[in-house]
Amino acid sequence: MKAEKTHLTSLKINGEDYHLELLPWMSLLDILREKIHLTGTKKGCDHGQCGACTVIVDGKRILSCLTLGVMKDGAEITTIEGVADGKKLHPVQQAFIDFDAFQCGYCTPGQICSAIGMLQEGKAATREEVQELMSGNLCRCGANKGIIDAIMKVKEGGYHE
Amino acid sequence: MNNFSYTKANNVDQAIAELDGDIRNKIIAGGTNINDLLKYFITKADKLVDINSISENSIIRLDNGGVRLGALHTNADTAYDPIIEERYPLLSKAILAGASAQIRNMATNGGNLLQRTRCYYFYDINTPCNKRDPGSGCAAISGYNRIHAILGQNENCIAVFPSDMCVALAALNAVVNISGPNGNRVLAFAEFHRLPEDTPHIDNNLKHGEVITSIDLPEKGFQKNYSYLKLRDRSSYSFALVSVATAFEIENHTIKEARIALGGVAHKPWRVAEAENFLTDKKPNQENFSTAANMILEGAKGYEHNAFKIELARKAIIRNCFMALHPETQRPGAKPSL
Repeated sequence: MKAEKTHLTSLKINGEDYHLELLPWMSLLDILREKIHLTGTKKGCDHGQCGACTVIVDGKRILSCLTLGVMKDGAEITTIEGVADGKKLHPVQQAFIDFDAFQCGYCTPGQICSAIGMLQEGKAATREEVQELMSGNLCRCGANKGIIDAIMKVKEGGYHE
Repeated sequence: MNNFSYTKANNVDQAIAELDGDIRNKIIAGGTNINDLLKYFITKADKLVDINSISENSIIRLDNGGVRLGALHTNADTAYDPIIEERYPLLSKAILAGASAQIRNMATNGGNLLQRTRCYYFYDINTPCNKRDPGSGCAAISGYNRIHAILGQNENCIAVFPSDMCVALAALNAVVNISGPNGNRVLAFAEFHRLPEDTPHIDNNLKHGEVITSIDLPEKGFQKNYSYLKLRDRSSYSFALVSVATAFEIENHTIKEARIALGGVAHKPWRVAEAENFLTDKKPNQENFSTAANMILEGAKGYEHNAFKIELARKAIIRNCFMALHPETQRPGAKPSL
């Protein structure tokens, strides 16, 4: 057993600064959920296969289950709790409600963070490309049509921030 | 995960010093594979050396006309780099066929080369596996071997190397730049990954204590005639059953140079020089493509659940040759004409 040396790590999460003593093997996902108590980010497979843990780190969507917290010292992290503007939902959140883009809701925080990241990346022009670039987020309820409909509506300017 | 210590390296020399040639000291870059392997107790580490602060993270034009891919540049940033899109579209397409957008945002070029097989039995620590536990046997040979090798394998190991990016790098004759305790060295891409032979636990020829610093692409990018075809059980976010990277140089309706690399079929990206030489100075037609496909698949051997891959690979090679004649089939959403 290794001595459990912690590392002082600074994270800006949804605009707030946190200075945490972290064990090296703690995933960013577990840190968000267990240490910061931001439980919106979900643990699905914990192995990078489902996308439920997707968060936005320094502007890029990534999988928090395959990220060690200590590696993100100084990073800015946005979780599902940080995407709305006060009480006004993010356009992607509103579109998910309007287009019935979920059933059980477990994949939804990851889907929404992933969609926001994808729209910022600006690489998807067509519906097929949106589907392809959202393929890292699985929905076991099969709400995929609503998910893509919602994203397309936002993409086409149907909602305004 | 077992408990490990963690340190950051700020430059290549520091990373090599921290590794200290010890197999239990591991590099972490994107982390997409090693974190998974640590969680399953397939890889055990005493120390992780985080190399994300090292400056090998860009794409540079080389004086010889080629391009250098920094080992720490992400797969996504590489695929979408304007130089890569314009000059090496085969590489861009292959990268974008792999993993998911999130993983490509994390995964690095160096790490892509070092990812390990996704053989189910390698991942299941309750089963024998010569790659995970040398000498314990291979559970895949008599098990569910749908995704396994048809070329270059033996009774020790029938795992396949899962990368898409590396199939294109193999076709493009990339070169791997390596630094280690004894200085720098260069490995041709074909020499980087290994066949299982008697040491299936050794995936590649990177030695303990060495790090990949960059990958060089030669000047020739085959922008006019190229295609990456990936066949898998679902249309996205799945490893290849068979993939093919094909590139041609064509003059006056005659093939002047051909490159064909297969993925998902062997312990390394698979190329057969005789087949590529056969196509040189030939017409690009069904008969010649079919002959080349047979040459590439000579000696292929299937098992209970993957024998279909031999015929699948044959058809994929031929089809992808035709697609390379019509690179517009590489547009997103474009349907192949065949």
